[in-house]
Amino acid sequence: MTDYDAIVIGAGHNGLICASYLARAKHTVLVIDARPVPGGCASTREFAENYRVSDCAQWLSQLDKTVVSDLQLGDAGLVLSDPKSTISLQPDASHVTFYGDTVTGTTIGNEDVTDYRNFRSQMRRFAKVLATLYKGRPPKLVERNWTDRITLLKLGLGLKMLGKSHMQDLMRLALINIYDVMNEYFKHPALKSAIALDAITGSTMGPRSPNTVFSYLHKATGEFLSESGTRQVIGGMGALGSALASSAEAAGVEIKLGCAVKTIKKTGHAVSGVELVDGTLFSSKIVVSSADPTTTFKSMLGYAQMEAGMAKRAELYRNRCGTAKLHIALKALPTFTGVDHAQLSQRLIIAPPMDDMETALNPMKYGEISDQHLFDISIPSIDDPSLSPEGHHVLSALVHYVPFSPKVGWDEARHSLTDQLIDEISAYAPDLKSLIVASELVTPADFERTHHVTGGSWHHGELSIDQALMMRPFPGSTQYKTAVEGLYLCGAGAHPGGGLLGLPGRNAAKEIIKGGALA
Amino acid sequence: MSSPTRDTMLLKTPFHSRVEAACALNDWGNWMGYTTPNAYFDVELEYFAVRSTTGVFDLSPMNKYQISGPDAEAYLNRLVTRDVAKIGINRVGYAIWCNDAGQVLDDGTIFRFSDNEFRLCSYQRADDWLAWNSLGFDVTVENVSTDIAALAVQGPTSCTILTLLGCENLNQLKPFGMAHYEFEGRPLMVSRTGFTGDLGYEVWVPPESAEALWDQLFELGRDYLIKPFGSHALELARIEAGFLQANTDFMPAEEVVRVGRTRNPFELGLGWLVDFNKPLFNGRAALAKVKEKGSKYRFVLLDVDGNKPAEHSFIMKNGKVVGTVTSAAWCPTAKANLAYAQLEMPHGVVGDELIAEIYYQRELHWTQLYAPCKVIEAPIFKPARRWQTPAPPH
Repeated sequence: MTDYDAIVIGAGHNGLICASYLARAKHTVLVIDARPVPGGCASTREFAENYRVSDCAQWLSQLDKTVVSDLQLGDAGLVLSDPKSTISLQPDASHVTFYGDTVTGTTIGNEDVTDYRNFRSQMRRFAKVLATLYKGRPPKLVERNWTDRITLLKLGLGLKMLGKSHMQDLMRLALINIYDVMNEYFKHPALKSAIALDAITGSTMGPRSPNTVFSYLHKATGEFLSESGTRQVIGGMGALGSALASSAEAAGVEIKLGCAVKTIKKTGHAVSGVELVDGTLFSSKIVVSSADPTTTFKSMLGYAQMEAGMAKRAELYRNRCGTAKLHIALKALPTFTGVDHAQLSQRLIIAPPMDDMETALNPMKYGEISDQHLFDISIPSIDDPSLSPEGHHVLSALVHYVPFSPKVGWDEARHSLTDQLIDEISAYAPDLKSLIVASELVTPADFERTHHVTGGSWHHGELSIDQALMMRPFPGSTQYKTAVEGLYLCGAGAHPGGGLLGLPGRNAAKEIIKGGALA
Repeated sequence: MSSPTRDTMLLKTPFHSRVEAACALNDWGNWMGYTTPNAYFDVELEYFAVRSTTGVFDLSPMNKYQISGPDAEAYLNRLVTRDVAKIGINRVGYAIWCNDAGQVLDDGTIFRFSDNEFRLCSYQRADDWLAWNSLGFDVTVENVSTDIAALAVQGPTSCTILTLLGCENLNQLKPFGMAHYEFEGRPLMVSRTGFTGDLGYEVWVPPESAEALWDQLFELGRDYLIKPFGSHALELARIEAGFLQANTDFMPAEEVVRVGRTRNPFELGLGWLVDFNKPLFNGRAALAKVKEKGSKYRFVLLDVDGNKPAEHSFIMKNGKVVGTVTSAAWCPTAKANLAYAQLEMPHGVVGDELIAEIYYQRELHWTQLYAPCKVIEAPIFKPARRWQTPAPPH
């Protein structure tokens, strides 16, 4: 008799979602997380006294709507903003605004409008095919299994339904880079770079890196999986974590926070439970990890506890992230040149022309600090005054490309880079510096420490085609079942992870229930 | 015309000067990148030295890895399919190792020097695989192939000759045992192991001792009819003795490109080396499934009618091809025409009668022969002296 049917490692969104589904299927589930709050990378934190911010992920654009309705997250307190438009800030204030399929701006001509609409409709076609694959376990290509054959059949049908020319286009584009695709579709540099930014977020890829079309399409699946558009979570991302936790608890899940799992324990050849850092042991029929694959396999299970081919694949799994976050506490709303008050609450991006983006990437590769950065800015306190004292505001920005470990060390680089980043934003918001109460830079190395994501990779592993779909995280441990008996994956390091989708958690639970390990 | 690059194409073992002098036929082959003699003077006479007196084979090209550290035993236990904990200190164990899919990568021997000190001898180069295997273990894996020179000294008079060399009480050494001596101020290790199925030893020395060792062995062994033997004679002896040869009888899984060409241990008749009592070893999960569902092939020894070796023959049953021969030879001591074959299941139980389709040529005339053959228990050559302790005197 075990303490629980299932122990889920990690109370991130996928861990909680997986636990909820398992509990709803009448299984006893314990969720354990090292952090004191639920949500994992969906978290809100007070970074300066009375100033709170989503301290890791800041936008919600892909959360699967089935998960939202199944787990009744609305009833559990999840409130979202309206969809945001994206405003690409230009040095001469000729900003370009994207909303749905429309693009507007003083420099935007009719041709740009048509190009954008055509591009969107083509990418939607492709993303739809991908989204179909995301809703279930990834099919294995070589084994004779009917579930997988049907999935492949659906995929084939989806491709066939694209029609010959669109299918050829997908095959042609899928493995090339976003740089070439942008130059093929657009003339306006701001259009190119705004879209390219979506392709590289959370990665160490530049517009010219292979895989960037795939990562763009991955993001674009959100249109089919989620309530469309990029949204802000009221209360910060942590409110999503809390809603998921209440929903899970309502379903009977037991959640233990603030206690880290030290080891995934085996009895004989199968996993039999976990040991916490304080020495507590819990036994279970299965362990489901939503920690990233490297943390799961290398740190918690240990390479010596699996077969060597698997250890090799786990070791070769790539976790890299060139994205940092800048948090600024402000005593008043800043002025961005050419941006009116209503627009300030939208998604503001600073994406220089693609060649400059590529140039900005180069220093990061060699552990150096770039002269120029890319920003994805939110001032969440406009829609959500609870985040800051009255009349005050918080600004949160995703910043690319920041090295994981700069050669000079973060002790030396942190302060100067923070100042530099503020200067870079100030070029668009002249009064910003005069309003700053406090600021904070969260580097990829900080993410690794605070959110327990190896390499600071919030996608739980680089989102590239060799680590995606039927190869996520690596062959032999796909379909949520690892090669070690009794150990399952349900985090973003499993299909179709990367980002806040919730589907790895949901798909994993479905597979575990179907597989009969808990029967 | 001298060509310095040609000189370095194949390596020379530490015994090369002596081997070259002894190689009357000047018939050389490439064994794992080393210049090695196929035959010294006459394949059959070399073979008979092994069976009747003593044969000496230079096995220096074998890959040797020193494995040491607190996790050395755990490391090896995860690597190979058998239980390494059961190999005592100064004992040697035959082992095979598989990839995660349960397909055989190679076979070899594990020498245990102490609790935390082992040497693995493998047929294939295994640096890469052994390095990946060390992830998560407190272990040092070092390729010591060129640090050790080795001779196989095999045959009925081998114990006597080595005793004359100074290996005291060698006759007390049990099969798969190791004994340590000194030779001209340097360490010399003897293991009662070999690839001939006869009474025999393998002698391991630093390369600096190699030439002197060869000289003294042949000097002291003259009266005991010591002879060097090459790869061809070894092939005869090992087929007769029931040993498999990687790359001949099975393909090391790492080298296989085509689907279905690898083999699991059960398909090679090596299921006895797979210990499911161990909770973890490479290939365990896959092999557990194989054990449940059964394998596709069976590896068998065939006694073939007639005296034409069934090399590369198709094996038929009721006019249908059910397998192929991997190794074949007319074995002089066993006086049997033997062949190893991989047969499709369920064929190949002992006593099964099959047909070998043999083609042979005499003076450009090809003859096709359907030779009846029968599955027999392996090995066919098993002299008492191989297992006797004390080793019988001569």
